[in-house]
Amino acid sequence: MDLNDTPEQAQYRAKVRAWLEEHKHEAPPEQGQDEATHVAARRAWQGTLAAAGLAGVTWPAELGGQGLGPVEHVIVSQEIGLTGVPGILDVIGVGMLGPTIIAHGSDEQKNRFLGPMLHGDEIWCQLFSEPAAGSDLAAVQARAVAQDDGGWLLSGQKVWTTNAHFAAYGLLLARTDADVPKHKGLTMFVVPMDAEGVTIRGLRQISGEAEFNEVFFDDVRLEADAVVGGVANGWGTALTTLMFERLTIGLGSDGLGYKAERYAAAIATDEHARRDPEVRRRLGELCTELLAVKFTGYRMLSALQQGQIPGPEAGLAKITTVRAAIEAGDLIADVLGPDALDADSEWAYMISFLPGLKSAGGTEEILRNTIGERVLGLPPEPRLDKGIAFSELRAKERAAAVTS
Amino acid sequence: MNLELTDEQSFLRDAARDALSRVKTIALAREALEDPSVLPDLWPTACEAGWPGLLVREESGGAGLSAFDAMLVMTEAGRVLAGVQLLGHLPASELLDDGGWDRIEAVAEGELRACFVAARPPGDLDTRWTVEPPSGSVRLDAPVLAADGTLNGSVAWVPDAPRADVYVVVAVGAGDGAPVAVAVEAGADGVLVESATRYDATRSLGHVTFDGALAGVLPAAGAEAIERAWYLAQALIAAESLGAVETALTVSVAYAKERFTFGRAIGSYQAVKHSLTEVLRLRENTYALLLYAGWAYEDGPREFALAASAARTAGGHALDYASRAMISVHGGIGATWEHDAPLFFRRAQLSRRLLGGIGDSADRVAGELMGAA
Repeated sequence: MDLNDTPEQAQYRAKVRAWLEEHKHEAPPEQGQDEATHVAARRAWQGTLAAAGLAGVTWPAELGGQGLGPVEHVIVSQEIGLTGVPGILDVIGVGMLGPTIIAHGSDEQKNRFLGPMLHGDEIWCQLFSEPAAGSDLAAVQARAVAQDDGGWLLSGQKVWTTNAHFAAYGLLLARTDADVPKHKGLTMFVVPMDAEGVTIRGLRQISGEAEFNEVFFDDVRLEADAVVGGVANGWGTALTTLMFERLTIGLGSDGLGYKAERYAAAIATDEHARRDPEVRRRLGELCTELLAVKFTGYRMLSALQQGQIPGPEAGLAKITTVRAAIEAGDLIADVLGPDALDADSEWAYMISFLPGLKSAGGTEEILRNTIGERVLGLPPEPRLDKGIAFSELRAKERAAAVTS
Repeated sequence: MNLELTDEQSFLRDAARDALSRVKTIALAREALEDPSVLPDLWPTACEAGWPGLLVREESGGAGLSAFDAMLVMTEAGRVLAGVQLLGHLPASELLDDGGWDRIEAVAEGELRACFVAARPPGDLDTRWTVEPPSGSVRLDAPVLAADGTLNGSVAWVPDAPRADVYVVVAVGAGDGAPVAVAVEAGADGVLVESATRYDATRSLGHVTFDGALAGVLPAAGAEAIERAWYLAQALIAAESLGAVETALTVSVAYAKERFTFGRAIGSYQAVKHSLTEVLRLRENTYALLLYAGWAYEDGPREFALAASAARTAGGHALDYASRAMISVHGGIGATWEHDAPLFFRRAQLSRRLLGGIGDSADRVAGELMGAA
């Protein structure tokens, strides 16, 4: 049992740390008052990190990356965290969408898009979820219709789109054939966010902030070369993105800041609460779960080093993190009183954010189904969407909704 | 970083599983509820496998393995509800070894069974060394070692006390109140052991009273070693719970696949599936925390109290939940004498209340974290 770096890893860590120490004065603050200025500064900082080899660590060297493994990626994240500087701005692009293009894109797409993505010159967004297609992602209804000249005409709506309002491109999952079963009629596209017919609207959440967007497509014209991974192969392409999403979340969960030590320190400031047996029991139990998540992360890293890719069981750590952080928010607000809910409080944002996080990346309920079926081997839920054309399925759903 | 089992650890685990499979421990756990005499003494099995000397250094005649190795063996024992008496023996053997006890080789070989008569170390609120009371929630002061070398005091619900040959007692000095580990021979004058088995026939327990018993001080076992022994016991009972959780999960999943209602396997219903996924979640958390405890014992001693307390809390809750889910998934039959589920429920009910209980370990997690803040 060994939590230490190998000599090579220690050497790499030292090199990363030395660079960060030398350049940390160039880093922008984590948050800025004016978004446009802040985004510009964060993009520039991403460029600086990329030039130093601290972005796209796991990307192949011939595509501008470092060609290193997940452990080196984690070392960079840890050192960035320890130095107290922000990481790259476009985590979704570099962590999930870039790797999808690397796996499925054409040479032209790789040459055109990856460099500017890595350096923060062009920010990307993920256009997968829709109002009626979240956990059941293959139910997307955004429609791309083939044109005589080989291009496509796109219509529909996406939602929960982080960074859409300053993104240059989006990777979009659309239905290109409704007459086949739902997983088979999907295609992945690159969409320029400044194209005519694209409308972006902020989506405010419980906190009052708009961290996500709704994006509307109204007869948006796409060229033939916008297709990624082949027509009707959209589901397979999307699965690659989702696999990298799991990896990004799994390796970056520490970065969410849901840490046992932080919550314990908050309670410890209240002399009465820190002696109250009920408060201590609640704190001890939620911190137990967060400590387990920390070591589950190490387990995952250890497995990655042996060449294993994390399976759906990695989702259990997300469930635990959200549960425990919700308990922590409740406990801290119980101890501190209504002031904890004040907009200026350290805790209000977290308390507002967590109920939604429970459904992020697929609801907890669907995640538990997936884990029950794929890890424990339990029989699947009966499904009514197998083997029938998507158009027919939609008609059945509409009829059922009307009659019930 | 490498948290995978080594080849030696896999071998230790497989050998333990194999050795314990030769006795029908689960069936006997049921029979013993009516007739305790049917329960076989698994100590010869333990000796043959070399478990009594797991934590004793090689130069003292032991195997010199790590706490995590001991946890692997405890997990296998818990998996089949085997009462191997290591929960009492292992922390005691370590203190005897640290303390330079002259008959440590006999302890390592299993000729002598040792028993840890534990006291909970002071925390951020309670500054005393305390022991389990026979009833109620108020913890008692640890036994007191007088200047003349005699020991007075009593400790209730001591795991593996009835068959022990030597008790390793955590006491406090009459003068300074400092902790001290002492060895007391079973059968010596002033030693009274009352068997106190409850609810789970596989768990041997006793109330131990010292009334002027002659005690041999283990001077080389200092406060740190004494404290570590308490947390080692916490980690071992957590590991034992993990094994029971794994059996409960395996048996419940198998049944959920083969039992049909309304034309569907019950495991296809979300309610059943989510409950079993919850068992898996709690299992994964417990295992992760046992790794933490195993690492801390070797390489991060300042975190061992936190890690072992967290593992104990997680393991206790996991077994609580898993044993109840096992009953529910099996429906009415799961609550009958014929089924194994009640045996796991009995194990859960008793285990969570021993050695301070899981309320105490959760409190200790909070105390350790706030103390460090």
